[in-house]
Amino acid sequence: MESFFSRYRNALVLIAVLLAQVIGLAVQVRRPDPGEADKGGVRLIRSWVVGVVTPPERLLHGTGRGIRGLWTNYVDLIHVRQQNKALKSELDRVRLEEDSMAEDARQGQRLQGLLGFKEKYVYKTVAAQVIGTSGTEQSQVLLIDKGSKDGIKPDMPVITPDGIVGKTRDVFRHTSQVLEISDTTSGAGVILEKTRIRGVLRGDTWGQPEIVNVSPDERIQRGEAVLTSGGDAIYPRGLAVGTVDRVRPDPEGTLVNVLIKPSANLSRLEEVLVITSTGEAMPSEMQQDLTDADQAEQKASDVLAERLPSRVDPNAPADQQQQPEDDSADEGAARPVKPPAALHPDRYTPSDTPPATDLVPGQKITDGQSQATSVNENGAENPPKAATNPESAAPGTTAKPGNGKPATKPAGSTTTKPRPKPAAPPAPGNRTAPGGQPAATSPPATNPAPNPPSQTTPQPQQGGD
Amino acid sequence: MALMASSRREAGTKSFPLVIYVVVPLLALGLQSLLSLHFSRFDLVDLPLLVTIYYAITQREPVSGTLVGALIGIAQDALTHHALGIFGISKAVIGYMAASLGVRVDTDNHGTRLLLTFSFSLAQTVILWLLQRHMLGQPVAWHGFHELVRATVNALLAVVLFALLDLTRRTEY
Repeated sequence: MESFFSRYRNALVLIAVLLAQVIGLAVQVRRPDPGEADKGGVRLIRSWVVGVVTPPERLLHGTGRGIRGLWTNYVDLIHVRQQNKALKSELDRVRLEEDSMAEDARQGQRLQGLLGFKEKYVYKTVAAQVIGTSGTEQSQVLLIDKGSKDGIKPDMPVITPDGIVGKTRDVFRHTSQVLEISDTTSGAGVILEKTRIRGVLRGDTWGQPEIVNVSPDERIQRGEAVLTSGGDAIYPRGLAVGTVDRVRPDPEGTLVNVLIKPSANLSRLEEVLVITSTGEAMPSEMQQDLTDADQAEQKASDVLAERLPSRVDPNAPADQQQQPEDDSADEGAARPVKPPAALHPDRYTPSDTPPATDLVPGQKITDGQSQATSVNENGAENPPKAATNPESAAPGTTAKPGNGKPATKPAGSTTTKPRPKPAAPPAPGNRTAPGGQPAATSPPATNPAPNPPSQTTPQPQQGGD
Repeated sequence: MALMASSRREAGTKSFPLVIYVVVPLLALGLQSLLSLHFSRFDLVDLPLLVTIYYAITQREPVSGTLVGALIGIAQDALTHHALGIFGISKAVIGYMAASLGVRVDTDNHGTRLLLTFSFSLAQTVILWLLQRHMLGQPVAWHGFHELVRATVNALLAVVLFALLDLTRRTEY
């Protein structure tokens, strides 16, 4: 027996070592989820190795970063003025975009509230330096310099400003492993931005992310943006993932795989953000941003309102301004629909016939008597005998002098009831025509022409109305 | 045959200071991890494999080659998210084979080193593929040309690296 062991010592040692590792593998692969963090002895071994390997890496990385920082800071200072100018213009552009997006965001919130959708907002992130990788093609894993001491836990999303990177896996005290989206065992719920096709993202054998098992669809085009769908309960919804690179048939079936070009440069990562806290309520910073955007939008609308033609003439008498101001005040509120005025009076229309006390025996009731504005023989307007209900005439319609028939008037006109003519014409130059140009001032029309010009052009508050 | 060990000097075992045994594998693991971060194509290189081969062929002791290979492989596994043992098994086998061949072959010859490293790099790829594909059921594809390039790169680098490591050894007769 002794000679057997001594004779086959080498082979027996090899077999023993292999057998021990195979048993160890069998124990480890019994875990239900291969992406789950390790426990027990395996975690201890990983912790030891990472603890030994990462300090020199951290030192080398820090030294290299310092040297590079010294040089790049010097070079950057040469162009800092140009960059500052460019950034300011970029900031102005982004502010304008933010204004336009604020309303969309609010609308989205309202709709999500109606649907009962629970949005995940990013509350808190931890910035981390990437200090190493697994060093093999088979494992797309990064090592970052933040661990449980910094609040990192397994399965936290890791992102860059460009897009998602992956999720934390094994977390040690000072370091963490990040499983990239390009790994074959990773998984992320994604959605195509335009076609709204959902799928699961994972890496292929070459390390390129792909959406697997997608039904063939001709609408999927190269360059379409891919976002996180939020369905995996890890990545918040709406984060950039990448763009469609190409569509490849699945070798094992009739479905296709959509290869993605990741937004984040996974091969040259230096700094990442770990999302350590999310919530369902909008964070205060984002609310403040929306408020600022609303205020900026309000200011922009005020400036725009000053430049555009107004429905209200600031120089008009106070009673003429009353109606438009009321309309603008209730612009957002729902108002009852007013029926249009009858073109021809009939016996069914209420308040169409003058009161009996005003009737003269033998006198025929004319159409003009029932309208808000009556015209005398000279073509001049007469005030109505009784107080005219302003709702009896529909907005935008007015009596046409001369024939007593209502004529359509542009929406810009607000004349709905006759008013006494001003004693004196307004001072020239006080009116503004559309476009901000001074309108031609018409003389006080004490005797307007029988057939005035057509009122197709909005002319605010002509004194002769 | 020029590649065979023909003299007592060639067959003599080489030993290293203890610190070298510890520092070099750790340095290989650290550099592999760090350089792959800054040079994305550096993951073609397998520095821990080269160190395993070097120790095995210079020690010419299959047991120590197996153990060194297993330890370096498990440490390499620890930096990945895979189960511990995949690289451990493959490098234990490579260490055993390299040490067994080191007894019979002149391992100081650069040509021998080139051929050995090329062969062992391909052998490790085959072992890894078998383990991951058929034992663990993981989706691993075989990219033949890519593996040939990897083996060539490793073999060329091994000639330089082994020459550097030769400076640290002391020969025992």
